[in-house]
Amino acid sequence: MHPLLIGPALTAGIAAALALVIAVADRLLNDYGEVTIDVNGGKRRYTVKGGSPLLGALAGEGVFLPSACGGRGSCGACKVRVLSDVGPHLPTETPYLTPEEVSRNLRLGCQVKVKKDIAIELPEYLFNIKKFRTTVERIRDLTYDIKELYLRIEEPAGGISFEPGQYAQLVVPPYGDYKESTQRAYSMSSRPSDSGHIELLVRLVPGGIATTWVHKHLKEGDAVEAVGPFGDFKVRPGPATMVCVAGGSGMAPFKSILYHIAETGAHPDKEIWYFFGARSGRDAFYLEELAELERRLPRFHFVPALSEPKPEDGWAGETGIVTEVLARYLKERLPPGAREGYLCGSPGMIDACVKVMTAAGMAAEDIFFDKFA
Amino acid sequence: MSPEIHPLTLLVASIFTNNILLSNFLGMCSFISISKDQKSSSGLGLAVTVVMAITMIASWAVLKLVIEPAGIGYLSFIIFIIVIAAIVQVLEMVIDRVSPALYLSLGIFLPLITVNCAILGAILFMQIRNYGFLQAAAFGLGSGAGWWLAIALLSSIRKKVDAAPVPAGLKGAGITLVTIGFMAMAFIGFSGMVNVQ
Repeated sequence: MHPLLIGPALTAGIAAALALVIAVADRLLNDYGEVTIDVNGGKRRYTVKGGSPLLGALAGEGVFLPSACGGRGSCGACKVRVLSDVGPHLPTETPYLTPEEVSRNLRLGCQVKVKKDIAIELPEYLFNIKKFRTTVERIRDLTYDIKELYLRIEEPAGGISFEPGQYAQLVVPPYGDYKESTQRAYSMSSRPSDSGHIELLVRLVPGGIATTWVHKHLKEGDAVEAVGPFGDFKVRPGPATMVCVAGGSGMAPFKSILYHIAETGAHPDKEIWYFFGARSGRDAFYLEELAELERRLPRFHFVPALSEPKPEDGWAGETGIVTEVLARYLKERLPPGAREGYLCGSPGMIDACVKVMTAAGMAAEDIFFDKFA
Repeated sequence: MSPEIHPLTLLVASIFTNNILLSNFLGMCSFISISKDQKSSSGLGLAVTVVMAITMIASWAVLKLVIEPAGIGYLSFIIFIIVIAAIVQVLEMVIDRVSPALYLSLGIFLPLITVNCAILGAILFMQIRNYGFLQAAAFGLGSGAGWWLAIALLSSIRKKVDAAPVPAGLKGAGITLVTIGFMAMAFIGFSGMVNVQ
């Protein structure tokens, strides 16, 4: 053999031998046999191969815990309550858990390994969560920085079943400088009756991984994966008046909720007020559609507000920051009686709205929102 | 090169007079970041000691049985890194299987150690100083124990420093590096007692 080849060959040989040792050790040591995952006190049982993290073991059975990081222990979304003993909390879990959650033995699904029979508690809605293979049917510019993404579900054939207001996680494949797949959550703006499609509103965030991908790379006809539905941003039952506030792409869940109500006549005893804030005409969208909906649905009142309308907008509606308009309407225009707040927008807008609503006498526990920071 | 040093001398020397951390400044990243917490420091110190001893012996065997006979010393860096990574991987699996309690206190630190330069550094010292088997074993164990001692000391000192009025600009890594400097100077007091070169 040529003397130059001996070194690389021997190095490769050593690496191969060590890889073999690892493979054998993995077979012998990581074999925990078949273990059972018991969910919600025997309601569901899964038999899986032991040794892998709970998150992956459940995903293999088609049960998807919410997870934005995909199991790297960096998002803390895959919290699950473990009823059986799986050892103390790991240092990789504690940063994501409050003392109260630790005492209830909430764990991160991606960090807990399933080595023996385990009993866990999951909310029922999680069993509805699936991974959808979709095709981009349409991408439409709503404003200069918000796109409407309309996805056709190819698989599973039954489409998606969700309650209006819930969100889906868009799977962003590796692209450009980003070498790893990530997931980002977006409220669905489509109606539940359109179960063959998922519609998302995506505002371009400068430097955002997912939003840049949607705005600059995604084309009609591309294949996209989405996981959902998640969340409990849903219309509460009862006759209380709905006070909805949205800014920008926060429009999404309300589009779904409003069209669902118009279509099915759900929540017939609820009056609905919807405040939509934008800076100027070029930031506002769906205004005609919602005005049309207002005519069809007498108990629905749409109040768009521009904070800095331009002369060319020819704006005749409310002017001012949406929270100011909201405060004025809460005091002067809305009917008295029970009210519920529904908010979707930037964390800053949500905090400001909560302040205005509680100052107007609404209880904090009657104000609902998903904070997507 | 150093056939005359007794392994026991080497063991003591590598803990005190030639502490891998405080005289060679190897393994600094985890030393600074983990020493915040005393319990984690002890766990990491134990893990480094175990891994250092085992990888040192394995690397010595690979060095004497493969690298030197084949004359491929120029590839020893790569080979040592592969050996360390593989051993840490297997060790993690063994501990996870044998003792969940030990895995909790030690196993979770193992991935950190794969990239710890103190391990590779000690093995390279072993190579250039041409240690025999017993010397290598003693040096590996001692270097690990020395690293453990250093991080245990630092974490105790940091606990005291936490309660002290440190100027805002020095808080965190700044005062820690100053502390390490003083520790290293203190350890110079041991130097010259034994020569391991």
